[in-house]
Amino acid sequence: MNNQYANPMLPLNHNIARIKSETKDTFTLELQPSRGVSDFKFAPGQFNMLYIYGVGEIPVSISGDPCCNDKIIHTTRVVGAVTKAMRKLQIGDQLGVRGPFGNPWPLAQAKGKDVVIVAGGIGLAPLRPVVNYIIANRNAFGHVVMLYGTRSPQDVLFSREIQNWRKKHQIETCITVDRAAGDWDGNVGVVTKLVARAPFNPYNAIAMACGPEVMMRFTIQELQKRGIPDDQIYVSTERNMKCGIGLCGHCQFGAEFVCKDGPVFRYDRIAKLYDVWEV
Amino acid sequence: MMENKKKKHKKHLVLPAQEFDVFLNALHEAAYEIIAPTVQDQAVVLDQIDKSADLPIGWTDAQREGSYHIFKNGERSFFNFNVGPHAWKKYLHLAELLLFTAKTNSSGFKTFEPIENVPKRAFLGVRPCEVAAIQKQDKIFLQGNYVDTAYKLRRDNALIIAVNCGRVSGNCFCASMETGPQARSGFDLCLTEIRQDERHVFILEIGNERGKNVLAGMPALEEATEQDIALMFGLQEEARKKMGKDVDTTDIQALFYDNYEHSVWNEIATRCMNCGNCTLVCPTCFCTNIDDVTDLTGAEAERWRRWDSCFTMDFSYIHGGSIRPSAENRYRHWITHKFAAWHDQFDESGCVGCGRCITWCPVGIDVTQEIRKLQKTNSPVEIQRVVNHGNTAKIFSGTSILK
Repeated sequence: MNNQYANPMLPLNHNIARIKSETKDTFTLELQPSRGVSDFKFAPGQFNMLYIYGVGEIPVSISGDPCCNDKIIHTTRVVGAVTKAMRKLQIGDQLGVRGPFGNPWPLAQAKGKDVVIVAGGIGLAPLRPVVNYIIANRNAFGHVVMLYGTRSPQDVLFSREIQNWRKKHQIETCITVDRAAGDWDGNVGVVTKLVARAPFNPYNAIAMACGPEVMMRFTIQELQKRGIPDDQIYVSTERNMKCGIGLCGHCQFGAEFVCKDGPVFRYDRIAKLYDVWEV
Repeated sequence: MMENKKKKHKKHLVLPAQEFDVFLNALHEAAYEIIAPTVQDQAVVLDQIDKSADLPIGWTDAQREGSYHIFKNGERSFFNFNVGPHAWKKYLHLAELLLFTAKTNSSGFKTFEPIENVPKRAFLGVRPCEVAAIQKQDKIFLQGNYVDTAYKLRRDNALIIAVNCGRVSGNCFCASMETGPQARSGFDLCLTEIRQDERHVFILEIGNERGKNVLAGMPALEEATEQDIALMFGLQEEARKKMGKDVDTTDIQALFYDNYEHSVWNEIATRCMNCGNCTLVCPTCFCTNIDDVTDLTGAEAERWRRWDSCFTMDFSYIHGGSIRPSAENRYRHWITHKFAAWHDQFDESGCVGCGRCITWCPVGIDVTQEIRKLQKTNSPVEIQRVVNHGNTAKIFSGTSILK
């Protein structure tokens, strides 16, 4: 190196310590630094840039427990070239990590309030650390509601964990699926429909939503109908990202750089953009 | 009278044109490679030069919408032309940069950061609008939370010798953007060319210690007189009045934010070819893409960073499709970023008024005209909430229901 500044574009090698197949097309990786001991600190909602040797680099939200600094956990869905290559990696294989980046969920502001978590599909991954944090500080929060929608019962992520959230940690969880066979005794339909009857006090609640953009639009509408003000609604946004640090320009959403001003935004700050086509 | 004439300006010196090579030698003595405008392929471009004869002496240019050509005008001026297709970003924010090489090994792979030996470079002939553009890119790459190391290395090694404008092209509007025709800061040295009868000199302004140190390598220059200074300001005032274009920047942010939905975008899309020329010639456009390549055996991989353009479909691609599949909205994104969003991001405009995007647009789209059209028909409409229509079929089919 011939300059005194560390290059923020240079990934740090990590080894895969565990691979867990979650559903047909989702999987969780547990990463350990290839050198030294892990001391990975992140805030729920942040992401890492993961580099697969020779294939590419993509942003992936961190799905682990923010209280555990000894490993990095990522849960992702196989959708493109990089995630396909990532799925083929074995325990002990290396990948590159840059991060954590991005603006996290508003956990400090949520204290003393009811919390409404709305997740769609893989959108649950960046919200799991929120639940982990709440569980570790359960008395600091009021009613906690977790509404989760996915395609089918086979696509439910972290199902055993979700049962524990309900049974042991007083988190009202409600799962709904788009379609199911006769043996499914849960909800069928879109997750946004669950908002109307979810038990929370809209005048002292904060909402956090992550999922496909169309799900978010309807979720926001439903939350507004319940009376949650726009400045108590937080959404996570997805855009193309190449650098993660606000220098490549790809993730712009109006004047926001999703990588550094987001991915978590307070809804009232971007409400206007949400209504603009192809912004 | 004599007293008054002799009153000297410490910061302003006089460099006679015939001494210009002495000045260039002083730069060489100080170990600077000199990059300056020079004529190549019928255009004024930026390249390394050795002597004053390499400058576009006697050349001038004619620029209009989608049109550029250079010709000799029979004079002996050194800098009687305006900005060409190259911007200085080609030396600071490289069009292609190797981020790292990775090689496979027994434990996986190892990354190697390229060792870069960037020479000290004197940028000679940086126009005021271009000085402003460099300052804008400094803000992005050096003054945020993360420093772009490759940019910093080059920027630290660059000596900026600005040249004020005594003439303007048909596409210049730096006066509107308040970046020219005179450079006020951001340079190490600044020249103003003065040709008056047989006298041909440069008024040389020292911007800082670094600029001053370069001059230590040459015989002392005379200090400029009040008359010279008056002449210099007179030239710039004249240039200011002759701007080829102008933009009224009053409430320009609101103008764009209130008109996300406007017929002007659709109309521009009928002309705009989405070629991305404007983004490549723009001295402030900074977007980059990443390319990963491997050799045939797969034993070695490289990551390259390359200039990108928001006019491509891939630019905003996420699984499922591009965020901005329509040409009109890609144009809207570019111009809105430049004139409105940049203010939110960096507290200033992203446009310096150099006019390159107008000159090098193959169909001659003129940003100043498009802004004028928006201003003439500015009718802020409350954007319909798409979700309220329940017309989701149209949303998913990709047809905008907002038109």
